Amino acid sequence: MADQTPTNPWKRLLALPNESRGKTLFVAFATALVCTLLVSGATVLLRPIQTANRAAETQLRLEALLSAIPGMTALLSSSDSAQLSTVVIDLAQGRAAQEITPETLETALLDTANWTALSPELDLAGIGTRPDYAQVYLLRDGEAVKLMVLPIAGAGYNGPIEAMIAINGDMESIAGLTVTGQSETPGLGARIEEPAWQQGFAGTKFRDERGEMRFAVARGPATTDYEVDGITGATRTSTAMTRMVRFWLGPQGYGPLIDAVKRGEF
Amino acid sequence: MPPRPSLLRTFKGPLVEGNPVTVQILGICSALAVTTSLDTAVTMAVSLTVVLVLSAAVVSLIRRHIPNAIRLIVQIAIVASMVIVIDQILQAWFFEISLRLSVFVGLITTNCIVLGRTESFARQNPPLPAMIDALGNGLGYSAVLIVIGAIRELFGAGTLFGLTVLPLAEEGGWFTPLNLMRLAPSAFFLLAGLVWALRSVLPDQAEPPETIPPDVPEGR
Repeated sequence: MADQTPTNPWKRLLALPNESRGKTLFVAFATALVCTLLVSGATVLLRPIQTANRAAETQLRLEALLSAIPGMTALLSSSDSAQLSTVVIDLAQGRAAQEITPETLETALLDTANWTALSPELDLAGIGTRPDYAQVYLLRDGEAVKLMVLPIAGAGYNGPIEAMIAINGDMESIAGLTVTGQSETPGLGARIEEPAWQQGFAGTKFRDERGEMRFAVARGPATTDYEVDGITGATRTSTAMTRMVRFWLGPQGYGPLIDAVKRGEF
Repeated sequence: MPPRPSLLRTFKGPLVEGNPVTVQILGICSALAVTTSLDTAVTMAVSLTVVLVLSAAVVSLIRRHIPNAIRLIVQIAIVASMVIVIDQILQAWFFEISLRLSVFVGLITTNCIVLGRTESFARQNPPLPAMIDALGNGLGYSAVLIVIGAIRELFGAGTLFGLTVLPLAEEGGWFTPLNLMRLAPSAFFLLAGLVWALRSVLPDQAEPPETIPPDVPEGR
């Protein structure tokens, strides 16, 4: 039995001594291949469900953000004229995108032509490229914009931070902020997820009368109207939040839109 | 080769007598981190048990063909793939809990219990005993996690599985929650208490002292 060489190549391979180079390589590659298939299969098959979960989570955070803003629940439930509408914005023009709707936004953003590369000095948020279109939420009371909810993103300490920021109708102060995705250090930077810290954003001004960007996450407790409390032990995350808000509310981000709304053109 | 112990013994051994957490003090990192509430503890326990059983089965199936030189990396690759699959499943169907478990599911890969069982048992035994041994170890780990998770949730928040058991003082009840129970050190204390209690009841588990105090009268 032991002297016979099996004719089947598969069996011959398995019959090789375990310590031979061929067998070692074969086992290494076979294990890698099977593991790859398993992991990729699971990821691809489950991705639609996970995407739906994340979308539901974002929706939930949006509702939580709105309900945390003082007087917002009352406004939403009391008057019929106040309602939240979804608009796709052309960031550079600062007005509603002509051809792109919330349904087609995802497809449009797959096309790299719809992204703008940012030079390092403009790229405060550390995102590299910025989409030309973004989906924002507007709350109108009659004609006037009462509240604008804008998705923002930037590079944090350990990975990207995603958030939604709500701007009051005066287009000068922040109504609230909620973090929808982050991978900061648990217990330090990850505290940006805590509602207690996020509450500090309500009523904070991001620019002064002359339109100068003033927002900052303070080092320590906030001292001016333009600051929110810093997070102890998370300087890099705090700085990332400052730069992210400044970028997205500035001329490269939603600045043109904010100006347009302020002029009453929107 | 010594005779193989019966399947029942293989299964019951690691539950209390050779419990991986309280006797071998393995896998306590995750036992500390995820036991703030009972539902995360149960999810973690189930995930670890599933990963352990599946990897033991796979490693045991290919045990005759694993070259010694690369055996650890082959085992780790198998364990890591299982962990990723479980993590993806959690993110798809148990999204809320997966958010709270965050990195700890991924860290099952480096849990000493998993590699310890595949390396020391599954590699030398056929699939059935290997899986039974893995199940026993998984349940042994689960038992500790569930006990600590239950104590921490009960005294830290007055609830079990999120249902109020001890009405909180701030909500009109009488119970003032112990904030310490929500923090990691409490899990250390509870785990130490559990190990102490078990070793008092079953003195065989106590390790012999590493040094013997000299037998001299102290200079009082």
